[in-house]
Formats: sequence, C-alpha cells, structure tokens
Amino acid sequence: MTSREILLWVALPYFTIATFTTGLWWRYRYDKFGWTTRSSQVYEVNILRVASPLFHLGMLAVVGGHVLGLLIPETWTHALGISEGTYHLVAVSLGALSGLGTLLGISLLVYRRRMTQSVFVATTKNDKLMYVFLLSTIVLGLATTLVGSGIVGDAYNYRETVSPWFRSILLFNPKPELMAASLPSFQIHAVAGMLLFMLWPFTRLVHAFSAPIMYFFRPYIVYRSRGDHASGSRKPRRGWNSFT
Amino acid sequence: MKVMAQVAMVMNLDKCIGCHTCSVTCKQAWTNRSGVEYAWFNNVETRPGQGYPRTYEDQEKWQGGWVLKNGKVRLRSGGRLKRLLQIFSNPNLPGLKDYYEPWTYDYDTLISAPLGDHTPVARPKSLITGKNMKIEWSSNWDDDLAGGPELAPKDPILVKIKDQVSDRVKLEFEQAFMFYLPRICEHCLNPSCVAACPSGAMYKRSEDGIVLVDQDACRGWRMCVSNCPYKKVYFNHNTGKAEKCTMCYPRIEVGLPTVCSETCVGRLRYLGIILYDVDAVSAAVSQENEQDLLEAQLDLMLDPSDPEVIAAAIRDGIPADWLEAAAKSPVYKLIKKYRVALPLHPEYRTMPMVWYVPPLSPIVDSLRETGNDAEDSKNLFGALNSLRIPVEYLAELFTAGDTEPVLRSLKTLAAMRSYMRDVNLGQDPKPEIPASVGMSEETLYEMYRLLAIAKYEDRYVIPKAHAESAQNLEEMGCSLDVAGGPGQFGQGPFGESSGRPIPVAIETFHGLKDRQTSEVLIPLSAMTMNLKSWSNGSND
Repeated sequence: MTSREILLWVALPYFTIATFTTGLWWRYRYDKFGWTTRSSQVYEVNILRVASPLFHLGMLAVVGGHVLGLLIPETWTHALGISEGTYHLVAVSLGALSGLGTLLGISLLVYRRRMTQSVFVATTKNDKLMYVFLLSTIVLGLATTLVGSGIVGDAYNYRETVSPWFRSILLFNPKPELMAASLPSFQIHAVAGMLLFMLWPFTRLVHAFSAPIMYFFRPYIVYRSRGDHASGSRKPRRGWNSFT
Repeated sequence: MKVMAQVAMVMNLDKCIGCHTCSVTCKQAWTNRSGVEYAWFNNVETRPGQGYPRTYEDQEKWQGGWVLKNGKVRLRSGGRLKRLLQIFSNPNLPGLKDYYEPWTYDYDTLISAPLGDHTPVARPKSLITGKNMKIEWSSNWDDDLAGGPELAPKDPILVKIKDQVSDRVKLEFEQAFMFYLPRICEHCLNPSCVAACPSGAMYKRSEDGIVLVDQDACRGWRMCVSNCPYKKVYFNHNTGKAEKCTMCYPRIEVGLPTVCSETCVGRLRYLGIILYDVDAVSAAVSQENEQDLLEAQLDLMLDPSDPEVIAAAIRDGIPADWLEAAAKSPVYKLIKKYRVALPLHPEYRTMPMVWYVPPLSPIVDSLRETGNDAEDSKNLFGALNSLRIPVEYLAELFTAGDTEPVLRSLKTLAAMRSYMRDVNLGQDPKPEIPASVGMSEETLYEMYRLLAIAKYEDRYVIPKAHAESAQNLEEMGCSLDVAGGPGQFGQGPFGESSGRPIPVAIETFHGLKDRQTSEVLIPLSAMTMNLKSWSNGSND
C-alpha cells in the first residue's frame, strides 16, 4: 500500500464523511433560514416542467442503484439465484437509462439556468461551483457504467472491488487495496463523488435532506402556540438561573 | 366543543374609495425587500376586474382551496401523494408574469447623461433580469376599469355570470357598477395553504388564529402558493421561502390595529375577536350545497354573551380580557348581530375570516342618476330588486351565488340610510323602516354608529397578548436581559445603535412609546435599564 492509496481510499473517505455530517449538522443548526430548494419556477416553467422531474426522478433511481450496487454484497444476490450475468445486464441497462435521464435533465436545467436571463441573474457563485461538481460526477458515473458494462472494453465486476471497499469504509475496517485495484474510471468517479459530498452541506443541495416524508403522517391543519419553541425558535442561552 | 379565539376583520366596501393607502403602507411595512417586490400582502382591486394575480378566482385553472368529494373535503389539487410527486415542478404555480414583473427606473441617466440635444429619459429596468423592459402589466393595471372593454370581461366572476345571463345585461352592468375590493390574507379557519405545506412550516396560531409561515422550517416547495384560492401566499424568489400577510401580529399583540387598518383613510376596517368552535369546523366545511357554507360558518361563531360559551371558553384557557373583547367585538356585531358582513368566496371551503359589508353606494348612485330620490327606502328596495346583475355579481363574490343574503345585507344598509336621513333632517323617524328589515330602531342606530361614525375605539377592539405567555416569545430570548443581569442590553460600546439589538417585545414597545411621548428627555440607556418597571418617563 502506497501512501497515495491510503490518502485516497482511507483518509479522503473518512474526511468526506466527517465534513458531510458535521457540515450538515452545522448548517441545520445555524442556517435553517438558508435551508431551501430556492426554486426558480416563478421565473421560468416551460423547460423546468420537463427537466426538473426528469433530473430529480432520475437522480432518485441513480441513488437507488448505488444503494443496491454498493451496499448489497454479491453473495446475497447469488444466494437469491441471480447470476452475475443477469445482475450485470439489469444493472447496466437500468443504470444507463436512469443515468442518461438524469444527465439529460441536468443538461436542460443548466441550459435553462444560463439562457433564461432571470434564472441566470438568480444564480449564485455557490450554485455554479456546485453545478461543476454535480455535473462532472454524473458524467464520470455514466462513463464508469459505459466502461464497466463491456460496451467499451471488457465488462468489469465492480462488486468484487469497489463495493467491498465502500462497505469496508462504513464498517471502519478500510481495505484500500481493493479500490486501488479497480479501474481508473471508477477511481475518478469515486473521488469526484467524495468532493461533491464534501461540498454538499454548504450548497443548496441540502434540500435533498428535507424530503417531506412526514407530510403523510401529520394532520392537515397545523396549530402552534405562540409560546411553542418549535423548529427554528431560539432557545434561551445558557447562563445563570433567572432570579424570578 | 372547544372554543378558540380568532382575530378577524370586516371591511365596509361602501366606504372604500380605492386610494391604495392600505396597500402602500403595508408594502412599506412588510414587502419593501428584494425577492418580494411583486408581492402585495394587501392589494385593492377594482371589480369587475381580473384581480391580482390575474384571474386568481378561476379555480378550474389554479386549483386552489377545497372541494367536496364523496361527502369529505379534500384539496382541489389532489391528495398528499399527488402533491409530493409535484414538488419538482408545481403545475398550478402562478409565474411572475401572472403577478407582474417588478421594475425600477434608470434614474441615474437623468443626472449622468452627457450634454445632448435630447432630454435624457429614465428607462424602466426589470428588477428580475436587470435589463430594459416594456411595462405591460402590474398589480393594478385595470384600476378603475382601465382597459375596460378589453380586460374587465376576463373577470372570472363575469365569465361565470355571463354563462347564466346574456351579454346585453353584462354590458349594462359594466356601465352601472364598479367598486373596490381590498384584500389581505383571510386567516381562514380551514386554511388550504397550511394543509398543502409538505414541510409543516405553515401554522395557525392557537391563541389568535393568525396564519403564519415559519421561515426556518419552510423549504420552498411552493404548494401553499398554489393551494391558497385567494393567492395570498407569495414566494420570495430571493430567499426561496413563502411569505404572507401576518395580520401585523407584532402590532396585534400589543393591542394595535394592523397597518392597513390604522392607515385606512376611509376608516372602513374593523378588527375584533371571534370565538368559534374548532371541533365543528370539519363538519361545517363539508356542506353538500355550497350555498349552505355561509350559514354553517355563521353557526361556528359562538355568541360571546352566552354563559355556556363563556364557561367553555374559560375552560379552554381563553383569558378574561379576551372574552371581554369578544363581547365588544365590532366584527362579531357586523357579521352575526346585524348580518351585514359577508365572507369572500365561501365556496372555497376555507372558512375565510376577513368579511365584507357589500357596497350599496353604486346602487344609490345609479338610482340618483335616473332622477329618483335615491335615499327613499321604497325606491332603494325597488332598485335592489330590479338591479339584478350587481346583486348577482356580489352574490358570486360573497355567497357562492345565493342572492338572498346579499339582498338582506343591502336592504339593511338601505334601511339605515333612509331611516337616518329622517333623523338627521329633523323629520319624524319611521320605525317601520327598521322593522322592514327585522331590526329595532335602537339596533339600527347602534349599527349606524358603528358603520357611519366609526370611532377608533369602536372599530378596533384588540386585546393584548398576555404577558405571561409573552415571556415565551422568541424575541424575549434570554431571561437575563434585565437590569443587572449579565445579558443586560442597552447602548453598545459605539453608541445607541451598536451592541445587541433591543428585543421587539411588549415592554420595549411601551418603553419606547413612553419615551416618545414624554415631555422630558429620557436617555435610551435609562429606558433599557429599567424596562420591566418603566412608567411615565420616570426612572425611579
């Protein structure tokens, strides 16, 4: 193991996890007001109507694919009687489909952001930086699908290298040699992904973590007392006990 | 029965001259920031007209409010799952163009243009794109029926009536009838914006019923904007959060009327408390027939003089001075005692709490133009019965198309006019006039005092928020911010405006008021030193 391998496949992942989690906590603690989708729908809707659902739903499928591919060990799917060939075919076809959908969606969104003056004016530097990392990670991810699928070059079974490495990080038993042995395209995509996750808490991407699941479980009409210290209200600072 | 208190408003449309003072002062107070340039928490629209945003009343198009389906109310725009599937692109969201594109003028050109043959011109610049723009619409483009024949027929209510009566009558109506409709958030008892909020950021305050958006919890999903049938929730495109009329709650909490009410030159707004039974709301909004919704909402409002209601209210924690205010509430009188006020679009099933006294003046005016004695009660009653179209129009606005309550309200107002004319001209008052609308002479006179004399203290009966609960207010922050405490605030190291901000709370408000009205000069530091015990400009 070279120090470069340790740096890239042990240090960097843990640094990413640390930045991502503390960053999210910090942002939620100190910037709830800035925690929003900052939707630009009021400016322009014709492109957004198609592009935004395409990108977001595509992205959800991509995330689902990553969970399946990275978290579920190969032995489990084998135990279910799914052969490597079948798995590969399904993963590559569905992955490519959702990946292409996501790419098309985000391309349209970036085009809209640049070409619609009102949306462009509302784009911050932070947004632009975020788009660079998000777009490159998506493109690199699609490239790995292409390379690993066997369409270009030989088919590659990332579930023997990348996936165990990913799980080894989460289990605090890092095995950098596995990742070091994988294809360069996977390595680049992984690094880009880690950089994106480090940036994540400090951009508008945080809205992904406010997916309103609780909406299904609450009553329609919300009553709140003036005195409630509900979300967002500042608690009194710590200090001496009040004398009253 | 669970009794809750609601701050409600009534506007007397007969007195509105369409001066927009309420809109302007509201804007100065609440929406003079970038991101909400286009938003008017209070706006005054000319009726007939398209309103703001354009044709917002066309719920087939905008899908706001509730509908009854299989005996149960549901949001018109669909169920919860459908709403969440639409968060990536809300199909019912008005675009900026439906409000208007806000702009400013390039004033700098006027002074910085080089010497030339032509007078320099300040061109309109879009506040959205920063580019030159052509001004094509605004929040009041059709003010005073401007663009009448072209724009007014697109009024969703006219379109609806047009389906019922012929074009001929419609034209006649446009010539005969125009009035102003000031609008704020309705602070509904069954708010569809709150129901549609995926984040649960919108809420109705249990103390006073004011509907607010928690700016820290809002995630910008925009569902409140599209699901409010009155389009009174706005999207701040800078902060990415929803904003709306707050009923000026910081003022209401200290017993002051809202900015729009305070500054209304026509003195046409009334503010007061309504007690209602919150347990009965869902049954009330589920009326089969839309025209029964008005009566159902009236039934929700409880009589503040009924001992049973008072006992229940005390049990449910409503403070004694609030009960007192509810008993004196001008809003309750206009809505339920005199039955002259009506809700705006009860058919949206949101149970709105800003009600309107319909305008009689346009009918009086058109009657006068025909050469008749326009204040004779017989003539007026006759005119009301013959001027079908204005009444039908008002009925579409206020009673889901039922003309009976509108006629009843207008007849009461007409009776008041002719009865009081006799009194004011020193003639014998005719008791048969109030009797013809089912009122005693005393009650009619009382109503006249409230509507025509409209004293400040009669118009606004607002109980203060309670100090014991005010301690919990966010602005109070640290309980050590008192004289001698470690968090004591006051003048910072660099003068009066430095250091920590003075909290916007009741004590500060009264302290500042005393300071402003005192004869002697009181240093701010003295005021903040002794906020809790401050009285009468003295520091002892």
